[in-house]
Amino acid sequence: MGNLYVDWAAVQAVVWALLKIVALVIPLMLGVAYLTYAERKVIGWMQVRIGPNRVGFQGLLQPIADAVKLLMKEIIIPSGASRGLFILGPILAIAPALAAWAVIPFTDTLVVANIDAGLLYVMAVTSMGVYGVIIAGWASNSKYAFLGAMRSAAQIISYEIAMGFALVGVLLAAQSLNLVDIVRAQAGGWQQWYIWPLLPLFVVYLVAGVAETNRAPFDVAEGESEIVAGFHVEYSGMAFAVFFLAEYANMILVAALTTLMFLGGWLSPVNVLPDGIVWWLLKTGFVLFLFLWFRATFPRYRYDQIMRLGWKVFIPVTIVWIVLVSGMMQTQYGHLFH
Amino acid sequence: MSYTTSIFYFFAAILVFAGLRVITARNPVHAALFLVLAFFTAAGLWMLLEAEFLAITLVLVYVGAVMVLFLFVVMMLDINLDKLREGFWDYLPLAGFVAVLLMIEMALILGGRHFGLDVTGVPARHAADYSNTKELGRLLYTDYVYAFELAAVILLVAIVAAIALTLRRRKDSKYIDPAEQVRVRRGDRLRIVKMQAEKKGSGPGSPDSGGEGA
Repeated sequence: MGNLYVDWAAVQAVVWALLKIVALVIPLMLGVAYLTYAERKVIGWMQVRIGPNRVGFQGLLQPIADAVKLLMKEIIIPSGASRGLFILGPILAIAPALAAWAVIPFTDTLVVANIDAGLLYVMAVTSMGVYGVIIAGWASNSKYAFLGAMRSAAQIISYEIAMGFALVGVLLAAQSLNLVDIVRAQAGGWQQWYIWPLLPLFVVYLVAGVAETNRAPFDVAEGESEIVAGFHVEYSGMAFAVFFLAEYANMILVAALTTLMFLGGWLSPVNVLPDGIVWWLLKTGFVLFLFLWFRATFPRYRYDQIMRLGWKVFIPVTIVWIVLVSGMMQTQYGHLFH
Repeated sequence: MSYTTSIFYFFAAILVFAGLRVITARNPVHAALFLVLAFFTAAGLWMLLEAEFLAITLVLVYVGAVMVLFLFVVMMLDINLDKLREGFWDYLPLAGFVAVLLMIEMALILGGRHFGLDVTGVPARHAADYSNTKELGRLLYTDYVYAFELAAVILLVAIVAAIALTLRRRKDSKYIDPAEQVRVRRGDRLRIVKMQAEKKGSGPGSPDSGGEGA
């Protein structure tokens, strides 16, 4: 105590952790960039269009061009805006979206921080994401932005409860909060994945995930036809892009969590094939494809219908299934739910 | 200074600053956001005490849900702070009494060794794989199950009371039963009328062009 000395082991640990974070964030940002490309292509094909095909081979450089364009644009701060909070908004939107990735395992050893309360950590960190939206909507000093923020906040709060209950089901089945342990508990082929015993919870989690990320058909927060573009209507340039980065990073996060908790993570569906990160990527990619598919298929929900679905359908369904699962675990059929 | 001590002072400084700003900030939204910062730093301090479950729950419940609703309300209200501060001097004696009480309590804990508090000893540090969550859950559902259930029932009563107090059925509500909406068939809303085509003076025209555009 008191004397100044450099603890080289601690310095090394910090540098190592920083390197790991960089190694995670760069592929994640690339994933986000190419998810926007995939979205435009997939929806294009579904609507019998071609999608972006001008920049680079088959339009593959389109996300890079978009990023450069947004970087060059001026960031306009409205004169009536609350300056500090206006800048803080996008930061608070993206920080939780990236921080939650710290505990997401890609294989049983490839994880930045394998902490015991991983699932709780993810829930706590993602629940902070709503602040970016609220602060952006309020600080913009615009009624459209404010209405969008209100809608978004109410929606995120409502669906978080159903989402949390769905996770309780997984917790019951795996008897652990550690994401690596949750995946390991699903070992033994595709029939062991939690999607089967927890099918209602899987559906609730997936749909609530779409609602949590403010994606179509739950995108009333953007609602172009009524409130222009919702909470980020006053944002331009990179500040606007940061909101989009956050939304897509959250989408990948929800897809990754769905993969880990219900689809067996990096485990291979059949025993003859080896486990590996490739399964993780395939499953997450499939869930992401579902997100894009929903957007191309469903018309936007009306606001009161969204609230009804969240409070009156999803929460009762999850509560009933949790009681059922925990009850069944006490009987001789308990092994079906483990 | 060891690493954990410096982290503690870092968090403590932010916490004290945020706490002060909660009561001094002129804008109620800023004040609420500083309260969020205070909760978050407090969670960091609890993490240092190896209470990871409580720390994460503090963020999940207070930062992620309670404060969001709080902000929601504060943002929509038009609060005049000057009006709120009118009764400052009237309330000062009572507030001062509460403050003194709090200081005495803190002094009792901080100066605990003068009052024989050190007989309890310093809690032992646990290994890295020690699960706070599991221990807490086991205690809550075994040793303290009655107290826990009682607290749950009280909360339930509060929820029911809150809903019962604010529930009112409006006569002019345009509520539609979703089940009824889903059950609607084409025949309920749409009537197809078959009409004879108007005779045009000339032109061939197909024989059964009637019924269209009716």
